[in-house]
Amino acid sequence: MTAVEEKPIRLISGPGMLLVWFYGVMVVGAVSRSAYQISTEFGRAPLAYALSAVAGVVYGFITYTLIRGGETARRAALVCCAAELAGVLIVGTWTLVDRSAFPDATVWSYYGAGYIFIPVLLPLSAMYWLRRAQRTAVKQ
Amino acid sequence: MLNALTLVTGVAALLLAAWCGWAAYRDQPTKDWHFIGMAVVSLLAVVQLVVGIVQLARGEKPEQGTTIFVAYLLGAFACVPAAGFMSLAERTKWGSVTVAAGGVVLAVLEVRLFDIWGG
Repeated sequence: MTAVEEKPIRLISGPGMLLVWFYGVMVVGAVSRSAYQISTEFGRAPLAYALSAVAGVVYGFITYTLIRGGETARRAALVCCAAELAGVLIVGTWTLVDRSAFPDATVWSYYGAGYIFIPVLLPLSAMYWLRRAQRTAVKQ
Repeated sequence: MLNALTLVTGVAALLLAAWCGWAAYRDQPTKDWHFIGMAVVSLLAVVQLVVGIVQLARGEKPEQGTTIFVAYLLGAFACVPAAGFMSLAERTKWGSVTVAAGGVVLAVLEVRLFDIWGG
């Protein structure tokens, strides 16, 4: 606070706004889906529903960091996007290899095919955007 | 009644998406006319919400459960206004892209609503 007061990097300008929109949609989708399924029929597919809930929390955190902006938030978002991408790839492959583990679909089943592949495309575009945001910040 | 409304809202949402997509293609932010379009689509979603609740109150049951049906009705209602506010905060073509994405999401929600209600 004493030295140079730096303006935090704004992460929601331009394409960032579109990212926030899609992340917001995924938060609502994943959280409401898992809340409903966990409260009504958790015993049927505990792993699938728990994973949907985790996905919802990760999406929520990324949305928050994007809106907050700044270098720390940018790094946190980058880490979470990598975790999200890993989650989509692992769960997507898992659902293909061992279908019996998932009696019901999760947000990340089959690489997010039930959500028009948004779950796998979103972290890729977000990571691209976050890395670019850093480069423009350095230039300024 | 509800299915007709679902169809109309879905088509209107796609038209809105195409219109705002066109604005984005021409590198323009959303303008007054676009907001009037969003208001029309939002109004359709409100009517749909009210009609849906009235149908439930009359004792009709959605095929895939009342909770899911109401959740999707609320989601459809909030979708376009939320995207509209975000385009107000982003006065570039990316605001238009966001509203276009909002229209597509609403159209998807309408397809799901049609399934949930049970044709």
